[in-house]
Amino acid sequence: MTIQTIIFIILAAVICVCSVLAIFTRRILRSATYLLFVLFATAGIYFLLNYSFLGAVQLLIYAGGITILYVFSILLTSSEGDKAEPLKSGKMIAGLVTTLVGTGLCVFVILKHKFSTAVFESGELDIQTIGNALMGTGKYQYILPFEVISVLLLACIVGGIMIARKR
Amino acid sequence: MFDFGIITSWIHEFLTSYLPLGLATFLECVLVGVCIILLYVVIAVIMIYMERKVCAAFQCRLGPNRVGPWGTIQLICDMIKMLTKEIISVRKSDKFLYNLAPFIVILASVMAFSCLPFGRGMSVLDFNVGVFFLMASSSIGVVGILLAGWGSNNKYSLIGAMRSGAQMISYELSASLSLLTIIVLTDTMQFSEIVMRQQDGWFIFKGHIPAVIAFVVYLIAGNAEVNRGPFDLPEAESELTAGYHTEYSGMHFGLFYVAEFVNLFIIAGVATTIFLGGWMPLHVSGLDGFNHIMDLIPGFIWFFGKAFFVVWLLMWMKWTFPRLRIDQILTLEWRYLIPISLVNLLVMVIVVVFKLHF
Repeated sequence: MTIQTIIFIILAAVICVCSVLAIFTRRILRSATYLLFVLFATAGIYFLLNYSFLGAVQLLIYAGGITILYVFSILLTSSEGDKAEPLKSGKMIAGLVTTLVGTGLCVFVILKHKFSTAVFESGELDIQTIGNALMGTGKYQYILPFEVISVLLLACIVGGIMIARKR
Repeated sequence: MFDFGIITSWIHEFLTSYLPLGLATFLECVLVGVCIILLYVVIAVIMIYMERKVCAAFQCRLGPNRVGPWGTIQLICDMIKMLTKEIISVRKSDKFLYNLAPFIVILASVMAFSCLPFGRGMSVLDFNVGVFFLMASSSIGVVGILLAGWGSNNKYSLIGAMRSGAQMISYELSASLSLLTIIVLTDTMQFSEIVMRQQDGWFIFKGHIPAVIAFVVYLIAGNAEVNRGPFDLPEAESELTAGYHTEYSGMHFGLFYVAEFVNLFIIAGVATTIFLGGWMPLHVSGLDGFNHIMDLIPGFIWFFGKAFFVVWLLMWMKWTFPRLRIDQILTLEWRYLIPISLVNLLVMVIVVVFKLHF
């Protein structure tokens, strides 16, 4: 067992345990905190795969951005000591069935899919390669999605201002 | 310049000659972790002593001067006091989040701290996305502060945390934009590479006008990001008792306190690395004799000298200006600093495209 395998097992265990905890806790802010741990561990897996760019993006966007947004909106909307009410049995059964079906589907797809063989590249991916791929117009380059996402964000900003500044 | 990488590779060879590779790597990780935490604590102590002395000097006082020569042992006593104080738990607070918050803050701080290059070959994390990783890891600290404000079950804490969150998220933008300005000039994000590119002149000289503007913007935004100086609203003691760490005591408070000071050092260290050449000595192209004399001074002395100079600048700022109101802080950021740094980024692109830099 190599050191990589051990680290992977630890990270995977953290992801599994924290995901389950995030669902089962009654307090919404704790749920957000467990989600933060899940995102940390995912970033850890990216670092383990030697893809530090994606790891840093994961930390910056998800852990540093989206979780803070969640926490902020929770602080603004809920009052202290808020707890979710226990679920009714009908909802519980529906949730369980959905979960089982979803898990089955995921496992089926993962087992059926033929993954291309892992090629371990030593060293890191050059930042210039990533930049060219993101901003290039050629084949396997992503300028169009990049710009479309920026238009989407612009629309979100305008919408936010419209909602907040309605006088 | 002396390459510290010789020592680290010697240690690596020594360990791998006795142990299997995986175990040796693990041992090295532990060793590096211990070293970085020791350095963290030492820098925190130096920073707190410096803060008290500089503050005293600006207010025409003497500062600590009773315990030890020039009051140097005062800090050790304070540390022991802090370590032995009782950690009070607040009733009806969310215990888990309340106890977790200081550790998230310190985790973010240590992660950002280990990115700094202290000398040639003397850096822990040297990714090729180094600057990006540093911004990512320092942005996690906000979560800790927000959780602290929520977990304490206290109105003052919550108000302090909300202010801090709004302030830190806003100022991160202009801090990142001013770092980006220099990355346009260097075309690399790796810290060791950034330092090597400054061999024939620091970026603040090479990039002239846009670099100086970026440096000033970075200092202002950095000071606001660590909740200090004229921007210390989150813990404005005259209105919020102590802001988000009102309910914390003992070493839990100590962790916030230490993290704040080391974050200040990290801001100074990043400013040093990006703008002032990091551990690279002052080189003037053409004057070879002068350059050789400058090379005799070891790299880490250059680094710490410059970093503490920047720290001193930031403390000067803190003890000179009165505290701003929250709307003034946000106006300063969104109306002035962000437009300035965006235009500045454009100017830097023009400078680089037309090769107007030195």
